[in-house]
Amino acid sequence: MIGQIAFFIVAGLAVGAAGRQFLRIRRNINLGQDEPITGDTSQRWRNVLLVAFGQQKMFKRWIPAVLHFFIYAAFLLTQVELVEIFIDGLLGYHRFFLPFLGGFYTFLISFIEVLSVLALIATIAFLARRNVLRIPRFHKPEMKGWPFQDANWILVLEIFLIFFIFLMNSTDMAAHDNAYGFAISQFLSPLWAGTAPETLHFLERVGWWGHIMVVFAFLNYLPYSKHLHIIFAFPNTYFAKLTPRGEMENMPAIMNEVKSMMGLGEAPADGGDDELPDFGANDVFSLSWKNLLDAYSCTECGRCTAVCPANLTGKKLSPRKIVMDIRDRATEIGSKLDSGDPQWAKDASQPLSATNFDDGKSLFDYVAAEELHACTTCNACVEACPVLINPLDPILKMRRYEILTLSQGPSDWLPMFNSIENGGAAWAMSTDRDQWAQEARQ
Amino acid sequence: MTLRIPTMADLAAEGREPEILFWVGCAGSFDARAQKVTLAFCQILEAVGIDYAILGNEEQCTGDPARRAGNEFIFQMMALQNIEVLNGYQVKKVVTACPHCFNTLKNEYPALGGHYEVIHHTQLLQELITAGRIKMTGGGSFKGKRITYHDSCYLGRINGVYEAPREVLETLDADLVEMKRCRTNGLCCGAGGAQMWKEDEPGEKRINLERAEEALDTGAAVVAVNCPFCLTMMQDGIKAKDKQDDVMVYDLAELIIQQMQP
Repeated sequence: MIGQIAFFIVAGLAVGAAGRQFLRIRRNINLGQDEPITGDTSQRWRNVLLVAFGQQKMFKRWIPAVLHFFIYAAFLLTQVELVEIFIDGLLGYHRFFLPFLGGFYTFLISFIEVLSVLALIATIAFLARRNVLRIPRFHKPEMKGWPFQDANWILVLEIFLIFFIFLMNSTDMAAHDNAYGFAISQFLSPLWAGTAPETLHFLERVGWWGHIMVVFAFLNYLPYSKHLHIIFAFPNTYFAKLTPRGEMENMPAIMNEVKSMMGLGEAPADGGDDELPDFGANDVFSLSWKNLLDAYSCTECGRCTAVCPANLTGKKLSPRKIVMDIRDRATEIGSKLDSGDPQWAKDASQPLSATNFDDGKSLFDYVAAEELHACTTCNACVEACPVLINPLDPILKMRRYEILTLSQGPSDWLPMFNSIENGGAAWAMSTDRDQWAQEARQ
Repeated sequence: MTLRIPTMADLAAEGREPEILFWVGCAGSFDARAQKVTLAFCQILEAVGIDYAILGNEEQCTGDPARRAGNEFIFQMMALQNIEVLNGYQVKKVVTACPHCFNTLKNEYPALGGHYEVIHHTQLLQELITAGRIKMTGGGSFKGKRITYHDSCYLGRINGVYEAPREVLETLDADLVEMKRCRTNGLCCGAGGAQMWKEDEPGEKRINLERAEEALDTGAAVVAVNCPFCLTMMQDGIKAKDKQDDVMVYDLAELIIQQMQP
């Protein structure tokens, strides 16, 4: 009974605390502009199924794909065992599913055990790839410090999860005269030969509580970690844009302005003498909520950066860094809003809120203009992302802010803008556009 | 060789509309090297007897580089003017030899009121070959020669056209070799996103050099491209490696015209 009460309290605290953090992330994502979700719903579900559930894009790189799949499959299947742990913990049963499932239970747990061993191998391989083989994409400048430690912490926690599962199952088997016949634990339980039943029971409890405590720790760690992708991959693939990849979002305000200039449309209703609004994006408030969902879905794998032509040739641009910067900025604004500190309010006489917020910073304090200017819009990053993040979209929105709102940007572009505006051609030319044709006709 | 190269205005004066508009683009109109591609393509169209026309001086930049640089005002100015001209001629089908024009006309003009069926010239070439309207001479100058094909971003990864250009190249009877990064993994030439008009940001290397090295690694004698900007970039990259006498960069239209039955 004490165990049940303890479990109830611990589970309640862990789920409650994690829920609070998840709500904060949801709030942070909603700091972005509204973006309508259009297009075929069945295509969206197809993306969830193939790309998130089926990990289609991971399999472009076979070795990490297979290793990742082991951990992923173990994670999915272990949920069954987790449900049992919850039932046992709350109601005081021991292996609640066993009497119902019988032989199938042995198969199920054995299957989880085999996957757990594969996941353990994968985890060790991943630790080696990061720390021993030092795969270059895990050691770019944006991966210094916390992002690098974060990745290792997740892997270490996974090892603990697996360790406790086997401690629980093997001691439990040993305590039950090697009944159950779990595929892996049957080879571990002889290790406990001669151990007193009380000790076995105690160790089994250590395994059980250890496992569930690491799960709770994980749950509360997720909101601070890149590991959030285990949840966000699913909504993110669902909400990924379905419009043509080559289509930059239209800006109706500017279109209508130009139309009225050209005498094509009606003049703006307000007479057009107001100050122009800000165009493009300079902060999370002017990005869309989908850009922010993208940012929180990123697991920092760096496939985008590894294929970026600018990054490959030594430029400062790294699509992963842009995505991480957006997330970090959203989190910074979120924490400042939570602090309630009036120093972050635009108007100090009003309460601090998302619409009454100014900390004197923007995304441009995170992202240098040099990074934005290096992009060739080649879409390699968009193609590479295993969870359909679009790092290009915010880059182009920030370029728009720079040019349209700040009237800045590379000076090299000015002659191009001028010749297009004045001569209708991307270069200033002294000849007619059809000169080549005139000559070919003779 | 004399070409007719009719304009939309000429045909309209005769009360006619062509089947297809050939959108030449700024590079195809003004860049000396890209003009050769434009002429080769017109030559093919006329040899095959395609009912086409160009806009001539009524054509303006699609606005692609301005939009990607972030200058939406200039993009809208160009796009709306072009759409007015195109809709004025009741254009239904457009072919272009520039993947950037292709993408903008196809994917971005609809939101502004310009709805056309847009194809890239490599797609038209492939159609004409499949239909038997373009016939190749056997055992031509490319037989057994190594050719590698560079996927432009705006035709390949962005618009998913990978096979049509390759099918066109297969008719040359050449030895088609792929670069290490091809199709969805193709590496950019470095010109897109308005990079063509600016100096590189500080870095270790120019992107076109990286791509040229990859093309040279295949041992190909010809690098086939589908984009006037890739053409410039690849040529410059190969020249930087001092291989301009051994390795030629051609657009697909130029390769076809060299080996087409008259």
